[in-house]
Amino acid sequence: MKHYDLVIAGSGPAGLSAAIEAAKRGLSVAVYDENARPGGQLFKQIHKFFGSKEHKAKVRGFRIGEELLEEATKLGVEVHLNSIVVGIFPEKEVTISMNDHIEHIKADSIVIATGASENMVTFPGWTLPGVIGAGAAQTMMNLHGILPGKKVLMLGSGNVGLVVSFQLMQAGCEVVALCDAAPRVGGYGVHASKVSRCGVPFYLSHTIILADGDDHVTGVTIGEVDSKWQIIKGTEKHFDVDTICLAVGLSPMSKLCDMAGCEMEDNPAKAGFVPVIGRYGDTSVPGIYAAGDVSGIEEASSAMIEGRIAGIAASAYLGYISQEECDKEVEIQEKALDGLRQGMFAPGMRGKKITETEEGIEISENLLSHGFVADDEIERYPGVTHSVGIHPVIECTQNIPCNPCQDACPKHCIKIGDNITSLPVVDSNVSCIGCGMCVASCSGQAIFLVNEDNGNGFAEITLPYEFLPLPKKGDKGSALNRAGKAICDAEVVDVKSLKAFDKTNLLTIKVEKKYAMQARFFKEEA
Amino acid sequence: MILDRNKDIGEFIPAPDDDMIVCRCEEITKGEIRKAVHDGMFTLTEIRRYLRTGMGLCQGQTCTKLVKSIVARELGCRPNELGGATGRAPMRPIEMKVMAKDKEE
Amino acid sequence: MRIAEHPILGSYDKGRTVEFTLDGKKLEGCEGEPIAMALKNAGVMVHRYTRKEHRPRGIFCAIGRCTDCVMIVNGQPNVRTCITPLEEGMKIETQYGVGSKGE
Repeated sequence: MKHYDLVIAGSGPAGLSAAIEAAKRGLSVAVYDENARPGGQLFKQIHKFFGSKEHKAKVRGFRIGEELLEEATKLGVEVHLNSIVVGIFPEKEVTISMNDHIEHIKADSIVIATGASENMVTFPGWTLPGVIGAGAAQTMMNLHGILPGKKVLMLGSGNVGLVVSFQLMQAGCEVVALCDAAPRVGGYGVHASKVSRCGVPFYLSHTIILADGDDHVTGVTIGEVDSKWQIIKGTEKHFDVDTICLAVGLSPMSKLCDMAGCEMEDNPAKAGFVPVIGRYGDTSVPGIYAAGDVSGIEEASSAMIEGRIAGIAASAYLGYISQEECDKEVEIQEKALDGLRQGMFAPGMRGKKITETEEGIEISENLLSHGFVADDEIERYPGVTHSVGIHPVIECTQNIPCNPCQDACPKHCIKIGDNITSLPVVDSNVSCIGCGMCVASCSGQAIFLVNEDNGNGFAEITLPYEFLPLPKKGDKGSALNRAGKAICDAEVVDVKSLKAFDKTNLLTIKVEKKYAMQARFFKEEA
Repeated sequence: MILDRNKDIGEFIPAPDDDMIVCRCEEITKGEIRKAVHDGMFTLTEIRRYLRTGMGLCQGQTCTKLVKSIVARELGCRPNELGGATGRAPMRPIEMKVMAKDKEE
Repeated sequence: MRIAEHPILGSYDKGRTVEFTLDGKKLEGCEGEPIAMALKNAGVMVHRYTRKEHRPRGIFCAIGRCTDCVMIVNGQPNVRTCITPLEEGMKIETQYGVGSKGE
């Protein structure tokens, strides 16, 4: 029987991070993953991540996956793909199904990092071909280069629903609407805003009534729900779509923990059935750890840290490092994890109604109910200032753990401070050189460079642009406002695509002066 | 987990969405699940054995949570009071010929 | 439909074009990509019809979990097409219940 110090189920962000920490300390490590590709869902994440530098902020998810995999492989970690951990038995005997046979492996410690599975909702027609999970859409377009559909309706306004809606548009699909039965947008406001300004209407308090089609989806009807989740008659809206994408949350995929004998709990705060874990991710079975979404749904960034903690703890459990050393290093990781668990979207904030930011600024109601900050709300945020000449306008209105913009400005005109969830403040005394580094560094695409008056009655706005075809200098079209409505004519006056921008192109458009604080997206003339 | 077997959950009342498929693999409807609760199947394990929900090819990957919420609603409790379905090997469907081919080193 | 060029990912690294059949009809796909992707590109939505209610099913999760996309591949039923790589000359059939039509 093969024997490893540490066997890891799952090669996502948590599993790979655990592998790296353990291998660094001398443990022999084998990772098993049922998928054909390692990295879990990271390889489908093409947006820049939030967080701070230490959390790999502003790096795109798939790059983080590549980095982790490279580091793990260098350290001698064995990563086995198409290999399903089918069971964990007493004495840590792990059974793996590989292609055409079964293998038995002896582990001295185990990290279970199997991640999550998608939740689904039922409605008449939900079994029709064309109704797919948001994960399926990501798999099709980001791994295999296949369009999930031409016209898509997205159900779910959490981060997955918002991010995938944007990705669908990047791939070339039309997102006809985004709906959610909840009355408020569930995900980050900046994700909602970037979807909204592209022209996707948000229908909050709306759910799917039915999907039409005989052999596949040809349309969808949605309707408004009352406080008891019942459809209000007369509010039905129909869309011709070929695809309905479901993004209604994730559940921990924890059955392996259960069968390994770990004490389990059904914990709504962790989004489902999870192993009871201690500080190190340690389950009730000595030597078995759980890390990442399997022990409670969070972001990939926190999964990586949880993985690191489990890897360090397993090293101490097997005597590769002392308990003191373990605690010292875990403490550092805990601090980082703590940082990520702050702000309006922290795990402890689930279900709480927030009315103002940490700074005491009233939150944007329009953002929550329609997906974009209203014109009369935007001025209240510290990133939104007015000055002569080019200057950044930071439309960051919620406390989320993210600060790459602070380091991006070579002139240090953007300040967040030590509290990573604080809203960015623009220092108007420092003059902006218009380099655009802040625009490209913002994972939420919430920073614009605005010259409110270029002297000829026009304003110039530089915005992040991640679509194809990339407009060229001189192209004419319309400027869209935050709601995605065309408000005036616009002309592209500059396009910048630097390597440092990492595929975020900077488009500068010229609009009539009075639209300086409204024009936030560009649509080419048809 | 303790469930009061004597709890009066009333009569089964048909609903317009009773024909909605919940378990996609075994094609079990919402109505069948609701009826099963009224037949005395109070736990997920009982429902599973009675109706085969979650026992098809996908092994409950999609429907477990849905079934749970339907049963909880019928019983008038919260889904997390119902406990989970038992996790047992194999975690994924495996052909018998693969199961039979043991490789020991 | 294939995405010719992606604004972030650029072009996709795909295998050579190979022929396969669906219910006897010749189709093309990229070698090594999941069968389901080649079918989706060819506009095929229905992978199977269910056993009890004879309802159509296609791709749902695309990662091998939901088993909705199973088809008969080279004579073997219940093959998850979303995670099974396409090979040249593969014989794919729409699945009816747990077998081929009429079984």
